[in-house]
Amino acid sequence: MQQSALIDSAYDKPGHPGIIDDWSADKQTFPVPWGKAMMWIFLLSDIFIFSIFLTGYMTVRMSNPVDWPIASEVFALTIFGYNMPLILIAIMTFILITSSGTMALAVNYGYRGDKKKTTILMVVTAILGASFVGMQAFEWTHLIVDLGVRPWSNPLGAPQFGSTFFMITGFHGLHVTIGVIYLGIVAFKVWRGDYEERGYEIVEIAGLYWHFVDLVWVFIFAFFYLW
Amino acid sequence: MAEHAEGQQHPLNVYFWIWGLLFLLSGLSYATDFLPHGYLRWGLILLFMFLKAGFIIAIFMHMAWERLALIYAIFAPPTAIIVLIAAMALEGDYTLLTRGTFFDEPPAPTGQLDGH
Repeated sequence: MQQSALIDSAYDKPGHPGIIDDWSADKQTFPVPWGKAMMWIFLLSDIFIFSIFLTGYMTVRMSNPVDWPIASEVFALTIFGYNMPLILIAIMTFILITSSGTMALAVNYGYRGDKKKTTILMVVTAILGASFVGMQAFEWTHLIVDLGVRPWSNPLGAPQFGSTFFMITGFHGLHVTIGVIYLGIVAFKVWRGDYEERGYEIVEIAGLYWHFVDLVWVFIFAFFYLW
Repeated sequence: MAEHAEGQQHPLNVYFWIWGLLFLLSGLSYATDFLPHGYLRWGLILLFMFLKAGFIIAIFMHMAWERLALIYAIFAPPTAIIVLIAAMALEGDYTLLTRGTFFDEPPAPTGQLDGH
């Protein structure tokens, strides 16, 4: 990285004067790899999509005179004879948090140039993500087959519960699925040694996407399952 | 600011601490499910949600170490959502009120409407 000294001197102003300097000077605005800046901008568009889904959910739930189903009962499981409220969703939350941790470590080992550990940690992340999708499939099956919830109707109460549930968790599940494939591809390329010359920024970029999937789940968990 | 050129390199301890903290916060937010519905429950849900989101963004996504130009470019635009949420909350209340007025009560006799 011979450029580093040059980059350091061009981006040395801290705080708000630094913003003006970064945007107005004759240089690249963001001193990050272009792929990382683009990933952040993609995530910005995703922030809008998920915010709008959740706002739509809020609107139909607020304006609904029919009783909204109680999530902690709908998503309860009986484990060893105990009826545990919302337990499936709690397990899914912990799986996603765990996968975020392994991803963060993968990024760290990537920058250390540790090919083996990076690959293993990324594969573990992908497996945890796949198990999350599997549990979501189980949850959908339970709602569709056992409870008879449909996107257009819901025997438990407000029909909008069905439409918002399938829309929001479906779109999030799609993100997790794409993330698992994406991580698998990057992990394969790490293992093959593609980034030994180019550097491991790509692992961090894939990590940004993965952490974002976890981030969205934090909001879905709070607003859809707990509220 | 060497980490910008060399990539984000931080001690592993930072990640393990945040990881543990996120587990703790997830456990606490699950525990709110045992509270009765009310301002305490909603407040705690929001508190744990924002703390978790903040740690994920700041540490796992490395935003704490990025330059302000990037932080503002990504997180200033979503604040517009607050306006949408406020508008839709008003709209939702209004729709509920309208539904209560027009759907819950029997239709008014036609004779009364003639007077208008």
